[in-house]
Amino acid sequence: MTLLYFAWVRQKLGKGQEEIDAPASVRTVNDLIAWLAARDAAYAEIFADPKRLRAAVNHDHVSFEAPVSANDEVAFFPPVTGG
Amino acid sequence: MIRVQHEDFDIAAESAALQGDGVGAVATFTGIVRGEARLTLEHYPGMTEREIARHVEAAQTRWPLLGVTVIHRIGKLAPGANIVLVAVASAHREPAFRACEFLMDYLKTRAPFWKQEGGVWADAKQSDEEAAKRWD
Repeated sequence: MTLLYFAWVRQKLGKGQEEIDAPASVRTVNDLIAWLAARDAAYAEIFADPKRLRAAVNHDHVSFEAPVSANDEVAFFPPVTGG
Repeated sequence: MIRVQHEDFDIAAESAALQGDGVGAVATFTGIVRGEARLTLEHYPGMTEREIARHVEAAQTRWPLLGVTVIHRIGKLAPGANIVLVAVASAHREPAFRACEFLMDYLKTRAPFWKQEGGVWADAKQSDEEAAKRWD
C-alpha cells in the first residue's frame, strides 16, 4: 500500500510518501488510521483528531469507512484550501 | 482544458481561445492573491486533474456549454498574482455565469490544493462548504 501525505500532515511526518505492508486486519481507512496511530508518536499526534483530516483512495475522496487493500494509494490531508 | 502549472496565465488569451461557432458569452473568474503575504500552493498530482475533470463534466451535463478552461497555479505566489482561472463559453450568459460559479465552488471544496500563507497552512472555510452545497 502506498501512503501519501499533504500540507501540515506531510510536514509533521517529515515525509510525503511511504510504502507500507499493513496487516490483513486493516480493511478500512479507519482501521488504517488506528494501525498507523499505534506505530509511533508522530502518527498518534496526527491521527489524534481524525475529524481534522480527509482521505482519498486511488484519487477519490472517501469516508473513513471506505475499504482499503494492499495495492491501493491512500492519501491523508487536511480539508482543501485552493481556489 | 485543465491545467495545473507554476506559470502565470493570460486571461485575455484564454478567453479568446474559447471563442468559436455559436459562442455568445464567455464568463471568466480570476482568483488573485489578496493581502501582503506570499502564498505557497501544494497539490496532489493526478488526483487534482481528475477531480477538476469530474466537475467540468458535471458542469457540461448541467448546462449547454461550448468550452471550459480551468487553470490553477501552484508553487510560490506573490501578492497580486493570479491563482486560478475558470473560463466558460456558452451561447448565452446564464449558463456561462452559473457554470463558472459552480466550478469555483467545487474547486474551493473538492480539488486537492492546500494554501500556505506566510508559513501557516490556511484553514478551510465553512462558508465555502455552504456555497458548494447549493448545487447539490
